[in-house]
Amino acid sequence: MKMHTTLDHLQPNQTGTIATIDAGAELTRRMCALGLRLGRMVEVIRIAPMRGPLQIRVGHTELMIRRVDAAKINVTLNQP
Amino acid sequence: MKRIALLGMPNTGKSTFFNRLTGAGARVGNWPGITVDLLSAKVLLAGNMVEIVDLPGIYNLHGFSDDEQVVRHFLESQAVNGLVVILNATQLDRQLALLLQLKSLKLPITLVLNMQDEAQQMGIKINLSRLSETLGVEVSMISAKYGQGFGKARTAIESLIHQQPTAIHADAAAFQQDDNIELELDRIVGDAITTPITLPPDLSRRLDKVLLHPWLGLPLFFLTVFILFQLVYGIGTPLQDGMGWLLDQFKIHVLEPALVNAPYALKSFITEGLFDGIGTVLTFLPIIVIFFMFMAIIEDSGYLSRAAYLMDAVMARLGLDGRSFVMQLMGLGCNVPALMGTRVMRSRALRLLTMLVIPFSLCSARLQVFLFFTTAIFAPRAAAAVMFSLYFMSFLMAFLTALVWRGKYRSHEPLLLELPPYRFPTIKQLLAQGWQQSGHFIRGASGYIIAGVIIVWGLTHYPFNVPPASATTLAGQLASWMEPIFEPLGIDRLLSVALLFGFIAKEIVIGALAVIYGAGQANLAGILAHQLDWVQAYSFMLFTLIYTPCLSTIAVLKQESKSWWFTILAVAWPLGLAWLVSFIFYQSARALGW
Repeated sequence: MKMHTTLDHLQPNQTGTIATIDAGAELTRRMCALGLRLGRMVEVIRIAPMRGPLQIRVGHTELMIRRVDAAKINVTLNQP
Repeated sequence: MKRIALLGMPNTGKSTFFNRLTGAGARVGNWPGITVDLLSAKVLLAGNMVEIVDLPGIYNLHGFSDDEQVVRHFLESQAVNGLVVILNATQLDRQLALLLQLKSLKLPITLVLNMQDEAQQMGIKINLSRLSETLGVEVSMISAKYGQGFGKARTAIESLIHQQPTAIHADAAAFQQDDNIELELDRIVGDAITTPITLPPDLSRRLDKVLLHPWLGLPLFFLTVFILFQLVYGIGTPLQDGMGWLLDQFKIHVLEPALVNAPYALKSFITEGLFDGIGTVLTFLPIIVIFFMFMAIIEDSGYLSRAAYLMDAVMARLGLDGRSFVMQLMGLGCNVPALMGTRVMRSRALRLLTMLVIPFSLCSARLQVFLFFTTAIFAPRAAAAVMFSLYFMSFLMAFLTALVWRGKYRSHEPLLLELPPYRFPTIKQLLAQGWQQSGHFIRGASGYIIAGVIIVWGLTHYPFNVPPASATTLAGQLASWMEPIFEPLGIDRLLSVALLFGFIAKEIVIGALAVIYGAGQANLAGILAHQLDWVQAYSFMLFTLIYTPCLSTIAVLKQESKSWWFTILAVAWPLGLAWLVSFIFYQSARALGW
């Protein structure tokens, strides 16, 4: 079964595959340049406390992304 | 003159490559319409003088971030003989997209893949000839940090110049059209690069486990900044004192004897105007060199981006980010290098907001004034509480300023930051940073600082036939003219002349007060205690804390913002705030009968 959710709902160590990105053209472009593209696998490494940003890995790149921005990325959850 | 532009994504070691290619001769160039500093240097390549320009790192040729617009503006307006594109060999799966975009500019390109050492460690295999063939550009692989493969990259740049002996403009059409290069990108990457599917847990991941730990992360961050602060100012401040001592020796033993027969006005101008102005510039140099050597460590190591991650939950509410906070804390030592350090933030709005906040950091120069005043006026038990309250006010004013101005200086750039692997810079990289930044400070700020010192010298010494800083000098007249403004703050005429001196540097306030009250520095404490009550003294300290930290700060604000309007705001806002806070304090204290 495929679970659809947004990136900010993933727990640390969970991975998902990017299905759609609902950000504006500018943010989508930046995401793309950093490797956040459709079909790519993203792993959430850890989440900062107090509703802070997420540390994620896509390919060989590790990024920090704010929750509001992560919520714009729809992923299908990969089963472990 | 032939010209080559260096381009690449952020965190690819582009500047390291630039420094290796150009040596120590880099200068900040002047380019019409460009508000960020672009380093450039002239290098002899294959018998030609070639100007190498280091453009800011960009993610996307079509993006709208400040740096991306700068790069586009540069390529639209300047002719070049070719581009050197530097990419991180471990992240080609996404970074090659930039090269594909740049190819549409129809300029000669050579591709340099940096971080060969890291790619090898990760087991990434790149078929260079295959990649070169599919991309249609020459490709070389190097380690800019350690120098491997550098000769080949240099040869490739030389052949660019042979290939394109006259500078040409980029194809303007390429800036308009957006691209659809993802399929091509995947095809090329799949064709020429093999990557191991799973990476072994490396040192960076193990370090992150501790340094970014949900509970341990923040305490460790504060500990790191504390140690950093102790190191920078523990090493820098004695060097600064040493520089001050050397300058004094020169003044006493060389300059003053040489001027012994000169008329008073000329002698005073040279020793107390010109020489003290130059001296002010020089005493900042040791601290700037040391500061940037240590900043290079925490920036290049990748820890500064991690600080942004750790502090973001708090700082985002203020419209700032964790890196602003690091600079604000470093400003507790000295505001000048902290302001220059904001250059790591690439969004102009975020940078300006941070620069507006940093001058409220209670720096060591202001600390000297406050320590003197609190010991002179307050009982030892109260002194600690007074000092604490001043630090508290320093942060309160900073946060208040951020809240008021965050709307005007709202960053439009998303906070998507790379957290690169932990790297340790080489000694050579550290020295290059210290050298470049101090040169930058001298060229950018020294003129304003020297001019400012001379102006205040003129105010406090003219006319020359009366004692300096006395009531009949220009400063004294200015003070009586300003009396209605300062009187409601409990700041009398004599103290307001001291504030004028404090405008140059807070270090000289106590010395100036000694001159103004006609007392030796040893007796000054007694005189102050006699003349001022604690409410007046505290009001004076509040004003000193909040208004312009020093002339050098203003010069650097101008140098870094390249905007007179911003500089005026950054002077006027704290002045207004200082007046308001002192007014509220003094009037309420008096109303309460203190």
